[in-house]
Amino acid sequence: MSAVVAPEPEPIEPRDNYLNAAYGVRSWLLTRDHKRIALLYLVSITFFFFLGGLFALLIRLELLTPAGDLVQAETYNKLFTMHGIVMIFFFLIPSIPAVLGNFFIPMMIGAKDLAFPRLNLLSWYIYIVGASFTMWAVVHGGVDTGWTFYTPYSSLYSNTHVVATAVGIFITGFSSILTGLNFLVTIHTMRAPGLTWFRLPLFVWSHYATSLIMVLGTPVIAVTVLLVGAERVLHLGIFDPSRGGDPILFQHLFWFYSHPAVYIMVLPAMGVVSEVVTTFSRKNIFGYKFVAFASIGIAVLGFLVWGHHMFVSGQSVYAGLVFSILSFLVAIPSAVKVFNWTATMYKGSISYRTPMLYAFGFIGLFTIGGLTGLFLATLGVNVHVHDTYFVIAHFHYIMVGGAIMGYLGGIHYWWPKISGKLYPEGWARFAALVVFIGFNLTFFPQFILGYLGMPRRYHAYPPEFQVLNVLSTAGASILGVGYILPMIYLAWSMRYGRNAPPNPWGSTGLEWQTPSPPPTENFKVPPIVTEDPYIYSHEEVEIVG
Amino acid sequence: MGPTLPFFPDQASAMASRVDNLYFYLLAVSAFFSLLIALSVIFFAIRYRRRSADELPTGVEGSLKLEIAWTVIPLVIALSFFFWGARLFFAMNRPPNDALQVYVVGKQWMWKIQHADGQREINELHVPAGRAVRLTMTSEDVIHDFFVPAFRMKKDVVPGRYTMAWFTATRPGRYHLFCSQYCGTKHSTMIGWVDVMEPSAFQAWLAGGSASESLASAGAKLFQQHACNTCHRPDSLARGPNLEGLFGKQVRLSDGRTIVADEAYIRESIVNPAAKIVEGYQPIMPTFQGLIDEEGILQLTAYIKSLSKPVPGAGEVILPPNNRAAPPLQPTPKENR
Amino acid sequence: MADVQPAEPALQHQFESMEQQKEASSLGMWVFLVTEILFFGGLFLTYTIYRWENARAFADASRHMDITLGTINTVVLIFSSLTMAMAVHSAETGRRRLLILFLIATMILGGVFLGIKAVEYTDHIQHHLFPGPGFRYPAGADAHGASLFFSLYFAMTGLHALHMIIGLGILTTLLLMARRGRFTAEYFTPVEVSGLYWHFVDIVWIFLFPLLYLIGRHLH
Repeated sequence: MSAVVAPEPEPIEPRDNYLNAAYGVRSWLLTRDHKRIALLYLVSITFFFFLGGLFALLIRLELLTPAGDLVQAETYNKLFTMHGIVMIFFFLIPSIPAVLGNFFIPMMIGAKDLAFPRLNLLSWYIYIVGASFTMWAVVHGGVDTGWTFYTPYSSLYSNTHVVATAVGIFITGFSSILTGLNFLVTIHTMRAPGLTWFRLPLFVWSHYATSLIMVLGTPVIAVTVLLVGAERVLHLGIFDPSRGGDPILFQHLFWFYSHPAVYIMVLPAMGVVSEVVTTFSRKNIFGYKFVAFASIGIAVLGFLVWGHHMFVSGQSVYAGLVFSILSFLVAIPSAVKVFNWTATMYKGSISYRTPMLYAFGFIGLFTIGGLTGLFLATLGVNVHVHDTYFVIAHFHYIMVGGAIMGYLGGIHYWWPKISGKLYPEGWARFAALVVFIGFNLTFFPQFILGYLGMPRRYHAYPPEFQVLNVLSTAGASILGVGYILPMIYLAWSMRYGRNAPPNPWGSTGLEWQTPSPPPTENFKVPPIVTEDPYIYSHEEVEIVG
Repeated sequence: MGPTLPFFPDQASAMASRVDNLYFYLLAVSAFFSLLIALSVIFFAIRYRRRSADELPTGVEGSLKLEIAWTVIPLVIALSFFFWGARLFFAMNRPPNDALQVYVVGKQWMWKIQHADGQREINELHVPAGRAVRLTMTSEDVIHDFFVPAFRMKKDVVPGRYTMAWFTATRPGRYHLFCSQYCGTKHSTMIGWVDVMEPSAFQAWLAGGSASESLASAGAKLFQQHACNTCHRPDSLARGPNLEGLFGKQVRLSDGRTIVADEAYIRESIVNPAAKIVEGYQPIMPTFQGLIDEEGILQLTAYIKSLSKPVPGAGEVILPPNNRAAPPLQPTPKENR
Repeated sequence: MADVQPAEPALQHQFESMEQQKEASSLGMWVFLVTEILFFGGLFLTYTIYRWENARAFADASRHMDITLGTINTVVLIFSSLTMAMAVHSAETGRRRLLILFLIATMILGGVFLGIKAVEYTDHIQHHLFPGPGFRYPAGADAHGASLFFSLYFAMTGLHALHMIIGLGILTTLLLMARRGRFTAEYFTPVEVSGLYWHFVDIVWIFLFPLLYLIGRHLH
């Protein structure tokens, strides 16, 4: 490939890229192109993000005052339940894999598509069907069990639409399983010539690890919600203590998936960070193999720690010991990654483009979130902070401060490639700053609230907790603004943005060796890979100009 | 009263300061590493910012020594958290033998508390300062959780089984009690107070109040009322095992297992007697599930406990009706936690 | 090399060669079967825990199973795996009519299995052994433990039967494709991967049968 100095934006010829290859609703709804399917997912998950965000807004508004005076208790219980369900199952879990993974994994390995394009489309339809069941439940009065569905409340006592929601989650789980299956097979069998495992971009490694979890963990939650549904409909009694059942068995089955699920949410974001930090440091990643293996380590160890959600459940003290020590072990690979990203910046050439700002945010906030995980893994402290706002703060630091920032960073990083347009950098940086400030103001006070003893899922609370709650709600409103801004300027850029060159950031990586937006078959000539990823040379320097 | 901004909960139990010390250690280490990473990122971002468009760095790409260092050092620190936390956790789960026993039954959406000598409370727990208090808890419906932030104490309250928590309150005062396992509509209002009193004031409180019978005598009444004594009797008309001296002893079952007669066993024998049949007896006991509520079961248990000899023997076994001598067993294990 | 390849009607556009396509299809089915192991795994775990806690009740309840019908079903399924393997072999050797014959045989055997299961279910329900408000069990026996056993019996065999029904659907599709001559000795991957699925469903039954029908039988 020849170097191009001060590249002109390519004139867009008709019918030469995946966006204009065909027009019409049918060409989108019946597409087999992984890039179009990624955009189908993008639209769907954005809808659910704002729905979940709306629930969050209502929650935070209620919590402005100690009394439960905005909504009824029952309504509040439905709000936090549906906030969790929508955000986790219909936004976070699909987000990066189904949008950025679908779009870029084939391109990063030099393939024309995933191994099973029709299965990929089916995954999206399954997701929509599952989401419809859940939306039906939302519209018809909601569900109030908490996203954790603990029995016997969910199986015997709740009067809300548990079964419809459970069916929705069951169905959507298959979307996740099939996406993971598709990724695993694609990465194993369709790498371009010369692309050995240790030449893969770290984004691919992290999605490989994520796919392992999706494929092995999701079936367990599927059978678990199936059992809860069967309990409600057929009165089987598996979790009913008055018939010999064990409600704590539900917790084991539930968390066996739901703990690894959090790694489904964060590993892809870590993959994004690896790509962004190398590009905007213009430097090879520090410790490639360590980062790659850390992803696998997180996936494997992540399956062994579920009991740390149950230290006070009545499970044995010895089980607690085992889960505690394993939970400390799973933190180590994450720490290794953070150190490696930081070291990548050492003696690099750092650019402050928006994706890099999100990467900075991720590194800082994920570190705090991860460290507070250690508090929770510590048995003696967990007893006090379990089921309080401390836990809520911890997981929001990781999922919002971590995963969502990774997602937004990835969207901005690859936006030129996806849309063929450049977003307005000034607005984007401003929005990133608003998100960062709003996020910290929302969630940092919650650590304090948690240690003070404010329990989760409380609709009314003692008055001494009010000041911290007010701070948190103030932060939430700022955060909301931060999230709306990208919707606006990204949409604006699709019509009015400057055309994007093939490689606006001067990055290595196969996806940047094609036009922006790419042709349907990705590569006119299937590439051959001859060197490691992230080798920066004057070629990349000259591309950016 | 103007808005307050508290940062830290009261320390009102012996365990609280121990938990807080561990918390401060965690906080210090976390603050250190957070600042280390944040400042490094900021420093590198500024020091190595792109100054000219054609800059091409030639930085370091790896260092095995560093990788090992930043794997091993966090691991060692993490293990220190683990050991300290585990020690505390063991202590939290091992009540002293002379703890004051209190029974808690959670139900949607209230806490029903029974003291051994009969005092009953709703959503409020009076305890003496300076004395260990052991809570034996169960739920009548869904999973709840008994949480007293000032004591740094929390335990799930589960239907169908007993869970245990204990504390030694140190400072007289009134402290929040929260349910902290989501349990339905009024979860947020399933709250109450723990009143820690000077020991003399607590004695006065116990003695005052309407003369209520002790748990054990309430249990004795239930025992009569449900005709338990028609089968469980010490004479030859007995069709069930004798309950005198039973509590805490080993019991040989018809399927060959040997178990300890603890609170859980008593409870199970009342609600699902067919699950464990004592060797030599017929499975004819009817179930009392639905006929006796959780509080009633606790009263019966207190009554059966009161039938035990004051000095626990070593390895006494319940003999089958034909008095066949059983082989010797190990000494009585510690009471079920 | 580019994209000029000998026209292979079955080669999908995303693959570079038939070999790559076959490898991907095969790996895909294996990964899917691993997910199925985890899917059933949750139920097997639940079974293990409840059986550990209610050993005698489970053994008692297991004696309500019709061991004759269960054994027949086991033999039927094992035989159906044989016919399925023969179907794959026929496809591999390009024998279309034998392929169709063995597919039909497999489907008939699958149908027999489901029919016998229907008979068993009806019988159990009529004897009030379906857990729930209609459950009735002799006094003096551990009804709780028995109810748990039957919950697991219906859940596990029900899920298995659902997989059998899906398997029959897959076989029907294969049958239609075979009749249209879609398979040759060079291309029969769908038959092969469907064979894997069918064998898997058979193996699940081979675990279910002793765990549900044969508890403690050797002792009496």
